[in-house]
Amino acid sequence: MSAELEELYQSIILDHNRRPKNFRDMPDATAHADGVNPLCGDQLTVWLRMDGESVADISFRGQGCAISKASASMMTQVVKGKSRADADKLFDDVHALVTGRAGAQAAELGALKALSGVSKFPLRVKCASLAWHAMRAALHGAGGSVTTDQSGGESAS
Amino acid sequence: MSRQTMSRTRVSDAELAGMTSLAPRSDFPLLAAQPHLHYLDSAATTQKPRVVLDAITRYYETVNANPHRGAYRLSAAATEAYHHARVRIAKFLGVADVDTLIFTRGTTESLNLVASAWGRANVKAGDRIVVTRLEHHANFVPWQALASAVGAEFVIAELHADGTIDLDAMARLVTPRTKVVAFGHVSNALGTVNPVAEIVGMAQRVGALAVCDGAQGAPHLDISVDSLGVDAYAFSGHKMLGPMGSGGLVMRRALLEQMPPYQMGGDMIAHVGDEHTTWNVLPHKFEAGTPNVEAPIGLAAACDYLTALGRGNVLAHERALAAQAMAALAEIPGVTVLGPPANRRGGVVSFTLADVHPHDLSQMLDADGVCVRAGHHCAQPLMRALNVHATTRASFYVYNDASDVEALAASVDAARRKFAG
Repeated sequence: MSAELEELYQSIILDHNRRPKNFRDMPDATAHADGVNPLCGDQLTVWLRMDGESVADISFRGQGCAISKASASMMTQVVKGKSRADADKLFDDVHALVTGRAGAQAAELGALKALSGVSKFPLRVKCASLAWHAMRAALHGAGGSVTTDQSGGESAS
Repeated sequence: MSRQTMSRTRVSDAELAGMTSLAPRSDFPLLAAQPHLHYLDSAATTQKPRVVLDAITRYYETVNANPHRGAYRLSAAATEAYHHARVRIAKFLGVADVDTLIFTRGTTESLNLVASAWGRANVKAGDRIVVTRLEHHANFVPWQALASAVGAEFVIAELHADGTIDLDAMARLVTPRTKVVAFGHVSNALGTVNPVAEIVGMAQRVGALAVCDGAQGAPHLDISVDSLGVDAYAFSGHKMLGPMGSGGLVMRRALLEQMPPYQMGGDMIAHVGDEHTTWNVLPHKFEAGTPNVEAPIGLAAACDYLTALGRGNVLAHERALAAQAMAALAEIPGVTVLGPPANRRGGVVSFTLADVHPHDLSQMLDADGVCVRAGHHCAQPLMRALNVHATTRASFYVYNDASDVEALAASVDAARRKFAG
């Protein structure tokens, strides 16, 4: 297998795919949003329970590839307990990471750095971003459904 | 509907090794330049032989002009080349009335033409449209939209567990109120070859229009459209070695003459008055605007190439490869092959691998040069019935051989081990 593919499917990614964290509904959620990738039919829902400006709890459920599921799983781990502003910052940093634009911030991403392999596979950027777009939509009360086609700026072209 | 695991027919190494390609790989510049590529996505689009590329180049280098327009000799030559391509393609498809072959951008446009032009004029509130659960979105959504627009009933004929149409159930759905029976010749997602004569019989009994999506039929089966008995047959040239944007619709002359045009503009008119316009004769009535002349010229060269290979050999070749692939994949733990047995399908093998997402699987296969399609195959209604979100699909054509089957099976097995952790 190529080195690039090894980097894409790191063991931490495969572990999160097999045993995703916070993979559950949230009956007492204060916000939620759906993410849909029309290209491959992947879809997931992200739930948030906000305590003021802080993310008290976050969970997800859905259908997706290993990259989208692992990204969502890791997202719930790092976003829980963060402020709305910090969660927004994480969105920007992860987006930069998976599109290969990460600079100095990468050092602060911790386990999320496992997603860096995605940047070598432009077709998979939407997979890695799906949960994050849904999280941001829920965070800002947009709710409803976001698709990777509307998110812009991360197509394979 | 349940999935079906294929019986494990053991294919010996000797049998596999004996399976050479039907068409020389060296005839295809892209494949010749990339010897390690295992191109298994011909159901999506085929590679193009040198003779097709040369025919297109030759057209532009020697004959290019706007046909049906100028009085000068070059324009007349372009007109003649365009017409000659129609004659050759009609002959290949077994269409005696050449001018009932309408050139379109492909199957999707052809089916939209029928649903829009014939459908809007003939389907009324309370009428019924019957499609099957196997349909590609191109033969599903236009009919669903037509039904919704005019207040007709849209009904789906369901399948047996092996992915073949439940013909008894379908016959009961085709009632006297039915105006359209739309079905695929061969399923793009499962490879199922449908019994055209029986379905046409159902439509004829009630006087309904029998519309066949031939996108996966014309490239593979030795067909004569005239003998199929369908009222309309749609196909795509790019799935049969021809260029992108080539394809057409064959429809009964009486229907084409009676129905209104699909698009308005140049070429399709006879006389344009200030208040009223009359239509040109067939095929021009349905070919508004400057035609894509290079497309049929390239497709005609592809038809000649397929004829030289032997039409009857094509299905036999890809069916043999599909059978070998089904047997090899069935040996891999966790693999489920979907669809009917090999003798009832074309060269399409759709499968799942345990809980490995097809998107991940195809990415792993790509690293080994194995090109397969992952996803819903533009057949979401079918995916729902199969209770899968997506599948991985390998599809074979004339340039594939046993090495492609071996690479596919080896790569799937390697991916299985990787994801099993």
